[in-house]
Amino acid sequence: MGYPVTDSEVLIGRRNGLIGDSVIRPDGVEKVRGEFRFASDLPMEGALWGATLRSLHPHARIKRLDVTPAWAIPGVEAIITAEDVPGKSTYGLIFADQPVFASDVVRYVGEPIAAVAADHPETCRKALAAIVVEYELLEPLTDPERAVDGSHPPIHPDGNVIRHQRVLCGDSSATGPVVVEGSYEMGMQDQAFLGLEAALALPDPGGAGVELHVATQAMHEDLHQIAACLGLPEDKVRLVLAGVGGAFGGREDLSLQVHTCLLALRTGRPVRVHYGREESFLGHIHRHPATIWMRHHATSDGRIVKIEARFLLDGGAYASTSSAVLVNAVTHAQGPYVCHNAVVDGWSVRTNNPPCGAMRGFGVVQACFAHEGQMDKLAAACGLSPVEVRLRNAMRTGDRLITGQVIENVAPVERCIRETDALPLPDEPIGGYGDDPMRLPGGAGLTADRSHIRRGIGWGVAIKNMMYSEGFDDYSTARCVLEDGVATLKFATAEVGQGFVTIAQQIARTLLGVDEVRLDRIDTTIGSAGSTSASRQTWMSGGAVDMACRRVRERLFEHVGQLWATDPIRLVIEGDCVVDTVDPARRISVSDATSGVRLAETAEYHHPPTEPLDENGQGACHTAFAFVAHRAVVDVDPQLGLVKVVQIATAQDIGVALNPLSVIGQLEGGIAQGLGLAVMEEIVMQDGRIRNPSFTDYLLPTFLDMPAVLASLIEEPDPRAPLGAKGVGEPPCISVTPAIVAAIRDAIGKDLHRVPVRPQDICL
Amino acid sequence: MAVSVPTSLAEAVSLLSGAPDSVVLAGGTDLMVEANSGHRQIASVIAIDRVPELRTWGVDVVRRNLWIGSGVPYSTVMQPGIASLVPALAQASRTVGSPQIRHVGTIGGNLGTCSPAGDTLPVLAALDARVHLASVSGERSVGFDEFMVGVKRTSRRPDELITGVTIPILNGWQGYSKVGVRNAMVIATASSCLAVDTDGRSVRIGLGSVGPVIIRCGEAEQWISGRVDWSELSVSNADVDEFGLRCGAAARPIDDHRSTAAYRRRAVEVLAARQLRRAFPNG
Repeated sequence: MGYPVTDSEVLIGRRNGLIGDSVIRPDGVEKVRGEFRFASDLPMEGALWGATLRSLHPHARIKRLDVTPAWAIPGVEAIITAEDVPGKSTYGLIFADQPVFASDVVRYVGEPIAAVAADHPETCRKALAAIVVEYELLEPLTDPERAVDGSHPPIHPDGNVIRHQRVLCGDSSATGPVVVEGSYEMGMQDQAFLGLEAALALPDPGGAGVELHVATQAMHEDLHQIAACLGLPEDKVRLVLAGVGGAFGGREDLSLQVHTCLLALRTGRPVRVHYGREESFLGHIHRHPATIWMRHHATSDGRIVKIEARFLLDGGAYASTSSAVLVNAVTHAQGPYVCHNAVVDGWSVRTNNPPCGAMRGFGVVQACFAHEGQMDKLAAACGLSPVEVRLRNAMRTGDRLITGQVIENVAPVERCIRETDALPLPDEPIGGYGDDPMRLPGGAGLTADRSHIRRGIGWGVAIKNMMYSEGFDDYSTARCVLEDGVATLKFATAEVGQGFVTIAQQIARTLLGVDEVRLDRIDTTIGSAGSTSASRQTWMSGGAVDMACRRVRERLFEHVGQLWATDPIRLVIEGDCVVDTVDPARRISVSDATSGVRLAETAEYHHPPTEPLDENGQGACHTAFAFVAHRAVVDVDPQLGLVKVVQIATAQDIGVALNPLSVIGQLEGGIAQGLGLAVMEEIVMQDGRIRNPSFTDYLLPTFLDMPAVLASLIEEPDPRAPLGAKGVGEPPCISVTPAIVAAIRDAIGKDLHRVPVRPQDICL
Repeated sequence: MAVSVPTSLAEAVSLLSGAPDSVVLAGGTDLMVEANSGHRQIASVIAIDRVPELRTWGVDVVRRNLWIGSGVPYSTVMQPGIASLVPALAQASRTVGSPQIRHVGTIGGNLGTCSPAGDTLPVLAALDARVHLASVSGERSVGFDEFMVGVKRTSRRPDELITGVTIPILNGWQGYSKVGVRNAMVIATASSCLAVDTDGRSVRIGLGSVGPVIIRCGEAEQWISGRVDWSELSVSNADVDEFGLRCGAAARPIDDHRSTAAYRRRAVEVLAARQLRRAFPNG
């Protein structure tokens, strides 16, 4: 392969940053300066452009598909449809139910029907416009309740219910003197990563294989699915990670991967596909919209006796990870609270809405919004403060969940709540001391004066599982090579912005006493690292890097032991030297010790096994848990329904801060995303169509919407975690949403049961 | 695609008259979005950002008018020179997009697009600004209410270039308020400009995003102008509330993906009342 792709370059970290240091990212300066090469920036002379024809209708039969007019356009090199998929015609992370191209029926607006390759994006656009599709419109199923009640005929051979899961625990007839009940609703959130989908496929001569440079979050998951659809052996498909500009779950499913490879194989030329923002909204999965009902039974002093719940998640047209998202939702229904009796029922269903799947929080965001709303109702019913009711019910290590699983992790729920409570409230009055309008709800719009504003305080506490569940062995692989005083790490861990590359270097520096840690290209020439999701890479790939580095260190000690004719057990790393603990004057730098020596080890890290759930939702299905608390202070304009989040205080159970700067980055970023869900981010659907597929109308919080964040990192090393560190990516975005909504309720004294909270929900 | 880059007003007008199907490009903050999304096919472009006459502003002290060329960007309108004369226009300009957008987006572009959500438009409406148009056959000016005739529709002829606006300089409070779901960089869900002419003893109000055009609330204006105590510069709480309701009644909002008609009506009721109270702090 002679294509001059640039990614053979390696990232070199020369900083002397060890575990526990706030090391800056190896790619940080490039990113800030706008010089980082994202997937859409890959240079490739002579590559063709690819583009995708998508369904205009949420549910329709394709009566006629005629691509011949597109062939008349000069510059068109390939047109492919379902007939041109040589391997498996469908794909999917759990169930392969999603067609590479729709052939008979389209099931959502935006579903791919054909793809073209041409000499220029404009030629592609003309070619797509020339393709004739005649549809016979079918009645779309857009109300997920109709999928549950069976009143709509199946829209897919697999049926309209993707999964039904119940959790039955303890005594279903148990009750208490206090009963609180509520219905909750969550809109469809988008991952809204800034770096749009992009890929470049390079065909092998004769079409024997293909190399795909792609922004993804799961290299080997992609590989398995792509190879199956291409009808190629897995060793003939090679993935290389291209620069990823955020993922948040939205890159777990395939989008453009198979199309790009097929176009390259068909033309024998490199092909690149880039989505624009509107196509990105159509082309990837979203967070499940949910309707949730909950009833809590409690003692008069506020202790939970039983929870009842019903979850309905709209999975959209294809299964994606809906079944796993549902399990997360129903098994987290109790929140971080002790509960011995439960009757929980949940459905994830198929509709003609856009497919939904993984997004940061993965089902727990939905559950937490409901259980935290319930905790506030319980507090009010028992005359307790929001803090007190949560403290009374806080779970601990050793407690049994409603699934029967025992929490074996460190579980500092009480400490999360108390440390959050101890963080100071804002000391400035509403609007601050100056006259900066940005400090008031309405901001630059100058809609309010101080006298119009009321302040509220709200709480949210969450439990979040980490790693994959239900018996899945989502292991990770890493290789460490130590040579001439330089360590080189190799893994297929997708760096999507979360900072694993930084952590990996810190681990190697700390264990091996080297300054320079090179990162080899992230590709599929090594074993799987699993997906960058489920808060798992620090634990899993961190565990693999740790294990590989420790094995190399053992080899290093053996090597030095031979040099010195000393038992290697006496040797340790101190600074950048190998030192004899019995005779500390005896030392040799790692650099000298490895001069001309190459020590290489590959390691696979597996987490402890988990169990599937039985039909009653019983089983130790989750790998590990982390906990977090949020307190929100929000200023509200009750007449206009506008809000300004003033401050978020949080304490998070992180195990160990391997890189405190990076942890704070995750906490703040998660808070921004949870804030977005609380008050502005929503894909507005109407009759199966997205009404706002742009950043003009899908509003993300900006810097100006970001509150002050006070964070307390709770460091109780988890003995079950390889580095003592828990994943920190998901918890920050989970309980901040209910905390903000609770603060708005507190400010205006009105029940709010839906997110995002819209201005009219507050003031009308 | 043909692109012309005139360097004088005469050249720009001549080019446009010769090719009236051209689109005029100033900051491009609306046009390029439409072009890039494929929603608008563009045959030829006249880029006017190098026409110096369009980038000027000045004051006619005799007529008590402010002239702002159509190529003046929002960031200039926000500066004290213009802001001290028409503060509402500066406030409206501050709410447009991001700093980058405000550096290149222009008053002329806001008029040319003429969206009901255009931020400067309620100000131009409330202040009875006149829009100046030029073609090879001459110049003319029209009142803002005659210029904007529908959603993104104006009375400009295709061969006419928007050269600028003249805005009366008033004695009295004026302000612009805008409701959006985000606290900055957001399209207006509803907006309002209230301006007081103390000398003429009148209150004017223009509402944005609550109808196909900017809505002047003539009936409410007349009513409240008669209720204000002009010697004390005060107005009662009851009249403030009633004014808000009357302005809300004048709105013609719709439901869309950004908001609901009911919310928009409520928003302009609240904005109108609050602005009136800001204009007359004394009850």
